[in-house]
Amino acid sequence: MIWRALGYRAAQAGVVAFLVGVLTFLMMQALPGDMAFRIAAGRYGYDMVTADAAAAVRAELGLDRPAWAAFMVWLGDLGRLDLGVSVISGRPVWDEIRHQMGASLHLAGAALLLSALIGPPLGILAGLRAGGWLDRGLLVLSSGLRAVPQFLMGLILIVLVSIQLSWLPAAGHGRAEHIILPALTLALGLAAVSARMARDAMAGVAARPFYAFGRWKGLSEGQMLRRHGLRNIGVAMVTFLSLQFVMLVEGVVVVESIFGWPGIGHALVHAIFGRDVPMVQGTALLLGLGFVALNALTDLLTRLIDPREIRA
Amino acid sequence: MRPFLTLTLATLFASPALATEGVLDVVAPFEIKGADPSTSGNIMIKMELAETLVNADPDGRLTSGLATEWQVADDGLSWLFRLRPGVTFHDGTPLTAQAVADALAHARAKPGLLDTAPITAIAPEGEDLRITLSQPFAPLPAFLSEYRALIYAPAAYDAQGNATQVIGTGPYRLTRMQEPLRLEAERFDGYWGQPARIAQVTYQAVGRAETRALLAESGDADYVFNLDPASVARLSGVAGVEVLSVPVPRSLLVKVNAGHPALSDPQARRALSLAIDRQGLAQAILRYPTGADQLFPPSVADWHVEGLEPLAHDPEAARAILADLGWQPGPDGILTRDGERFALTLTTYPDRPELPLSAAVIQQMLAQIGVEVTIDSTNSSEIPVRHADGTLDLALLARNFALVPDPIGTILTDYAPGGDWGAMGWQNDAFTALIRDLAAGQGGQDQRDQAMAMLQADLPVIPVAWYQQTAAVSTGVSGAVIDPFERTIGLSQMDWVQP
Repeated sequence: MIWRALGYRAAQAGVVAFLVGVLTFLMMQALPGDMAFRIAAGRYGYDMVTADAAAAVRAELGLDRPAWAAFMVWLGDLGRLDLGVSVISGRPVWDEIRHQMGASLHLAGAALLLSALIGPPLGILAGLRAGGWLDRGLLVLSSGLRAVPQFLMGLILIVLVSIQLSWLPAAGHGRAEHIILPALTLALGLAAVSARMARDAMAGVAARPFYAFGRWKGLSEGQMLRRHGLRNIGVAMVTFLSLQFVMLVEGVVVVESIFGWPGIGHALVHAIFGRDVPMVQGTALLLGLGFVALNALTDLLTRLIDPREIRA
Repeated sequence: MRPFLTLTLATLFASPALATEGVLDVVAPFEIKGADPSTSGNIMIKMELAETLVNADPDGRLTSGLATEWQVADDGLSWLFRLRPGVTFHDGTPLTAQAVADALAHARAKPGLLDTAPITAIAPEGEDLRITLSQPFAPLPAFLSEYRALIYAPAAYDAQGNATQVIGTGPYRLTRMQEPLRLEAERFDGYWGQPARIAQVTYQAVGRAETRALLAESGDADYVFNLDPASVARLSGVAGVEVLSVPVPRSLLVKVNAGHPALSDPQARRALSLAIDRQGLAQAILRYPTGADQLFPPSVADWHVEGLEPLAHDPEAARAILADLGWQPGPDGILTRDGERFALTLTTYPDRPELPLSAAVIQQMLAQIGVEVTIDSTNSSEIPVRHADGTLDLALLARNFALVPDPIGTILTDYAPGGDWGAMGWQNDAFTALIRDLAAGQGGQDQRDQAMAMLQADLPVIPVAWYQQTAAVSTGVSGAVIDPFERTIGLSQMDWVQP
């Protein structure tokens, strides 16, 4: 059963790879503006681009040849697992993506973990006593945190933690402690939502008859939560957290730029501005495949948590 | 569960913790795009990883670099550069005339200033370097001081002549490069000159101005390049940070299509110029005390003309000039002439955040005299594109006149007779002849003054403001400088201040 599911995901990955390649290529072709000029601006700086520089770029990259020829070259390279070379930096696309996607995954992973430590435990506690003071307080707090834009949260944390308290570096990348503030900025926003999710799921489970039965037969609150509560809200939580992770990898551009953190979102935006087609295709491809892989992993996890569907 | 979480957290947040003590951290907005001087040489030169043949002091006077001296032949067509002996690259190979010739050939093969110079050959001559020209070209040594003419070792270049590594001769040696945001370097013990005082330095690109200012304020960065106006005001009152500021040869200009029917008369351009309240714009948007009243700021002494009649703000006079040219206000207040509305598109780009803001202010000011302006804030490359196909009306841009310490290079490419970032549809033969003579080494201050007076009268571009460059430096370091030509920050001469 699991093998069939994995086979299905593998086939899906193949389709995604092809579609992403075709679509990104078509979209890049459809963007307005002269490609040679945009690439020259990306390479040499915004006010260094001249008609001469654009002509040199056009000749070097053969931009005059038909677009489908360029696409066939990309497809052929992909067959050999070669993502090509960035037209801006001249470095292999794979090297560029590895560093920047690695940094994004690192940040997203740390943020998700921090948020999982903050949000769901508070949500579960609140859900067990739905309507209690913790539940009401948490509603106010999470609405408040959710309403603060990420860039503002980032600046508030820098001012408080780095400037007032001098505990952590304000921004940068390269040392271990650099990740804490950007991860916390993201985690607070995520925890605000996952706490509400966990609270609603838990309140739902706690209101079910089997929960009352467990209490009635004499299980303690802790035993009830461990044996019957966590597993029942697990499927919803795992699915939700995996969605949050995808949003994080793609959507942390703002936080990355505030904290001077390298990231794939930033790289993708710049690649689009600079009409760096190989870089855009490579990034979109890896993001697409990553999405499929994450879905597969989520499937596996939810099946482990709730095997009923398979037995049935 | 708990030990597992602790372990996961420790793995996630751990990489070997490095001591920051003793490391000088430089922060600037420029991203590292690669090893090649043509894309990221501006960073490599500031971090003193590589050097040029010719250096420049803060007044723009050329000083010796990897070349100790240079002479031009009497006919002006041949230059001999004497190379500094005993210089080694960071890979241990010696600096030879052949290596320099190859590095310059790679630089010249790429778009840039050097490929606009009339060079016919660059070849070694014994221990020296001979550059031959097709016509006399006085600013050649200045061109060789630009960051795109940095000299890397032969091993740094691939078969196509693109640098894939940074192997220079500077007092610092690259130890780690993580494009696009970070590099690390250490003192190069084999440096030919005075060794660097601080052993380890880092460079971090931070795009957001707020973050750069906060890094200066928190003490995380020792030298922060390029601050936004609001942060300059705030950081000036912060203990432990010193704000440096210097006027730079970069001007905010309105590029005008002088071939446009409504703009071909110099009087029409003068009317637009009179409509602009430069001081108001400079104070409100850029937070500088004054605007530009001619193309070059006083700090570019050779090209700033003291006696020139300043560009003024007088909307009444502007309206009168346009009325003389036959423009009459229509029912909506916008001028018309022979059924044509005085409506223009102003192209600008958001890479410099002050540009779209300034464009909006200029739009309002021109509306006051009955000129309708539509702003198109787009990719910067649209300016050369529209210049080439003739569809540009007006463009608001920031132009650096001192990519090389001698502005003649930029004036030559922009105004004699025109260029992507300069004049458009404008032809002044007397001006072009003056500039070409100056470039060939004929003429002096009088000719420069004449040329500037012609630009002021003809207004192929309308100067609006002169830029200031700013930096925040920790009071814990000494020796930091801010260079109007943006070549150096004084890195190797910086030292820790002993408490």
